[in-house]
Amino acid sequence: MRFGNWFEIGRMDELARQDTPVHRLDARAKLLATGAFIVALMSFSRYEISALMPFCLYPFVLISLGRIPFGFIFRKIIIAAPFAIIIGIFNPFFDRQPALVIGSFAISGGWLSFASIIIRFGLTAGAALALVACTGIYRLCAGLERMGLPRVFAVQLLFLYRYLFVIADEGSQMKRSLELRATGLMPVGLRVYGSLVGHLLLRAMARSERIYQAMVARGFDGEIKIAQKTSFQSADWTFLFGWIFFFTVARTWNISDWLGRMLAGSAP
Amino acid sequence: MHMADALISPAVGGTLWVVSAGLIAYCARKLKQTMRDNLVPMMGVLGAFIFAAQMINFSIPGTGSSGHLGGGLILSVLLGPHAAFLVIASVLTVQAFFFADGGLLALGCNIFNLGFFPAFIAYPFIYRPLAGGAGSVSRSWIAAIVAAVVGLQLGAFSVVLETKASGISELPFGTFVLLMLPIHLAIGVVEGLATAAVVSFVARTRPEVLAAAPVAAEDKTGLRPVLIGLAIAALIVGGAVSWFASTHPDGLEWSIAKVTGKEEISGSDGGIHRKLTAVQEKTAFLPDYGFKSAEAAGVNAEKASAESAAVESESWPAVTAGTSVSGIVGGLITLGLVCLIGFVLKERRINV
Amino acid sequence: MSHHIIDVRDLCFAYPDGTEALKGVSFRIVHGNAVAVVGANGAGKSTLLLHLNGYLSPGRGEVRIGETPLTRATAVGVRRTVGMVFQDPDDQLFMPTVFEDIAFGPVQSGLPAEEVERRATMALERVGMAHLRDRPPYRLSAGEKRAVTIATVLAMEPAILVMDEPSSNLDPRGRRRLIELLRSFEHTRIIATHDLELVVELCSRVILLDGGRIAADGPTLELLNDEQLMLAHGLERPHSLCHLHPHMDAQK
Repeated sequence: MRFGNWFEIGRMDELARQDTPVHRLDARAKLLATGAFIVALMSFSRYEISALMPFCLYPFVLISLGRIPFGFIFRKIIIAAPFAIIIGIFNPFFDRQPALVIGSFAISGGWLSFASIIIRFGLTAGAALALVACTGIYRLCAGLERMGLPRVFAVQLLFLYRYLFVIADEGSQMKRSLELRATGLMPVGLRVYGSLVGHLLLRAMARSERIYQAMVARGFDGEIKIAQKTSFQSADWTFLFGWIFFFTVARTWNISDWLGRMLAGSAP
Repeated sequence: MHMADALISPAVGGTLWVVSAGLIAYCARKLKQTMRDNLVPMMGVLGAFIFAAQMINFSIPGTGSSGHLGGGLILSVLLGPHAAFLVIASVLTVQAFFFADGGLLALGCNIFNLGFFPAFIAYPFIYRPLAGGAGSVSRSWIAAIVAAVVGLQLGAFSVVLETKASGISELPFGTFVLLMLPIHLAIGVVEGLATAAVVSFVARTRPEVLAAAPVAAEDKTGLRPVLIGLAIAALIVGGAVSWFASTHPDGLEWSIAKVTGKEEISGSDGGIHRKLTAVQEKTAFLPDYGFKSAEAAGVNAEKASAESAAVESESWPAVTAGTSVSGIVGGLITLGLVCLIGFVLKERRINV
Repeated sequence: MSHHIIDVRDLCFAYPDGTEALKGVSFRIVHGNAVAVVGANGAGKSTLLLHLNGYLSPGRGEVRIGETPLTRATAVGVRRTVGMVFQDPDDQLFMPTVFEDIAFGPVQSGLPAEEVERRATMALERVGMAHLRDRPPYRLSAGEKRAVTIATVLAMEPAILVMDEPSSNLDPRGRRRLIELLRSFEHTRIIATHDLELVVELCSRVILLDGGRIAADGPTLELLNDEQLMLAHGLERPHSLCHLHPHMDAQK
């Protein structure tokens, strides 16, 4: 999988710690706006393409204002695309009825819906990644918790994230020592695998016991409190309702179509 | 098997979100009551372990390919169903957030598909009874494989149902099932093998780890979420089947009729067309539910009769050559504008 | 300040798998002292330390902090007096940012927000890491992590600091900073370590453990300079004592 990319998570984290107007927005506003974005986008019919275009504005704005490198997001979208492509590519096979005629050139409905799937994939994935890159796991968890996510789960997310690097480091060290010793024998057989991963597991559990010792030593009694001191400012309200308004307009009226016809109308 | 947003309708995504959120809340509450303090760091670390374990592959006996651990079953073995479900959900959440592996709207579906079945069905109803107590080694291997296969088959089937109910993919139900289930049968076997390999190692070296897993009492009281989940699954299946039978007029057919001048599709391969029609009928129904107000404005509403307008809004705007060109041109212009805006915003010096 | 005497009497402890880790350990430490606990691997150092904040309960014998006998019930209160720093910083920095890790102890004690803020800031400054306040723990160097873990414990304002291998994995500069920091503390310091040079610099008294028992307990220079004693218990004489400088005596 994509686990050569531990640096990617670290990078996400770095990006999330920048200070831009988007970063300063309340996590809840961004979460809700992104949620509205995805819902609006996925509520279009299968064949919609032109009406999707105005929606590109949302992730683009987040990425630009949030000083997130576009290539970074784009690369991650490409890497995650296969599932959507594999399912979507069947559409042109099963839906061959011509649906769009440009001059003498007919495009089948299947290709239209496939294109729509790909575009919507790019937009939804891009918006989600931009959201995380300009908020960071910590503020996201705190925001989610304030919106009702059970504390146990929020704490779980934070601990998982915290120890991701540590355990992954151990895992990759193990993998490396394996590669150095087992030239030509990769991947390993089941018995060696069980031992390898089993060791990783036992070490992880031993570590969790030590973490618990440290927590108890500092007074842990079963509950972790996540400090939260944010409240909605006017900027957050503006952001949220501004975008919801835009999504509603763009969903109701096909802005691209309107633009196109305006131009066609003004052409000689 | 992580579903993307692009294939889920808001209705399906929202429903499964409610289900998953409910399950998370239930497990959280259950854990608060019964949890040993030291589960907090353990759950976090084991979630990290799952990520790390997925980096390491093993060669599948008999084939030339390799596989790795998914994690749902082994988490259930180590932590019991409720904690395992939360850990699986957290792993999927991190994958969705940081790797775009699975969409945000689809996260509810993914948590249900990949979490509910291993933790609440495969583990308590298949693994535990089959593996027995300390039992024989071969029994635990068989238990792991069967449990993993069943869990993944159920999950894969859910993926099919959810995708079909969303109506965005054109894959016919039968084909989709034939595509997903055999592949996930193989994946299930791999998962079972990997799980059994690790469990047997731990059983050999540190059996007290397995003995300490929270089990027993919780199985009885843990029955409720299973029943609820099954009820919901039954609802989804029932809904899907009823939609199959729906005879809602099909927007695509109408539009095609307009383009080709024929009133009905008379295809030579009648079988496929009939299947297609059935698919179109079903899929045309759901995606726009709740958004019929979208037809209110725009050129399309002016066209022909109210009925045509209602039907047309369910298909797509570009039907005749005129509107299709304007749609394309307008789309390109919009995209260009958006890029421009993005570029300008990026270059501006924003005073902090 | 005499109510922070550590009194261990005939402490015996065996792990669930039967291993007898401590076989009757007794000692008494008075406030303000810096005491080293040394011994070969497996001698029982870490096990002994875990008894000092009640994480482990003795099979036989007792531990008293101040006048309070350490039991399940009194352990919570004792942990505010006895701060423990463990060997691996990654095990102790589990919150999203440095500040929150340091605030963890005070927050768990139920202190109000301003007090938490005050203590955490003070602890950060004390270890010289105020600029790392908002950093996530995995982006710290080993030396920074070590300093921060000490700060996490300082924020609880303990009277007694217990540390397990504090100088391990530190580069020379980080180690030097650690030694200076520890030297500046007025708390009672109990340090389990292999770093005998650190012991010579910091600690006035050494407790030597071997096989779960105290093999020797006395002034640092006396014990560590005894070559035969050191070798007999899996250690060696620290190099700095090979030439005993005259002014070393004056330091102690």
